[in-house]
Amino acid sequence: MKINVLAFGVAKEIFGSSLVSLELTNDATIYNLKYLLEQQYPRLKQLASYMVAVNNEYALPGDTIHERDEIAIIPPVSGG
Amino acid sequence: MNNTQIVLSSESLNVQSCIDWIMSPESGGIDVFIGTVRNATKGKPVLKLDFEAYEPMAISEMEKIAQQAFEKWPVQKVLIHHRTGTLQVGEVPVIIAVSAAHRDAAFEACRYIIDTLKQTVPIWKKEAFEDGEVWVAAHP
Repeated sequence: MKINVLAFGVAKEIFGSSLVSLELTNDATIYNLKYLLEQQYPRLKQLASYMVAVNNEYALPGDTIHERDEIAIIPPVSGG
Repeated sequence: MNNTQIVLSSESLNVQSCIDWIMSPESGGIDVFIGTVRNATKGKPVLKLDFEAYEPMAISEMEKIAQQAFEKWPVQKVLIHHRTGTLQVGEVPVIIAVSAAHRDAAFEACRYIIDTLKQTVPIWKKEAFEDGEVWVAAHP
């Protein structure tokens, strides 16, 4: 399945875009997504940490991704 | 909910209008936290800050924090306003206001809200220095 990934903050600079498209297997997890992204964008691994959000909620590594989910890369937050 | 006001805005925040909204005859204590743009980080002059938000999730995370404050303390109203966009030194990126019958709950809830916001709400700031720009907290 094809998914779109939103990027914010430093992740947007690492991707060179605020949105990237990826091809994932149908039962892919957050863990699989992070692995694939880190292969394509090794600078992700230099971040202090980063989370993935699915449909506006923080996701866990084992969560499954579905087609049409809204996926976002959340680098370390620094609001306030 | 009329006891909660969450705002994410690209316009200037107004401290007085936050105080006006949070005041009520039932309250005996109002706690207001105002975050401001500091002119230096570790001794290095800061020129400006740029704030970016994942807006729908930022609003939903701020709503969760407000809800947690109501669950943890006997507070009456909670207000969280946060800026996006470019802010100059001295401008206000965040205002938290909490009202309660007694001051302890207001102080503790206000502290909890700003501390949790800084940990969980998807908002990012980039500091601009004379020699370049840095996303805060991005790298170890």
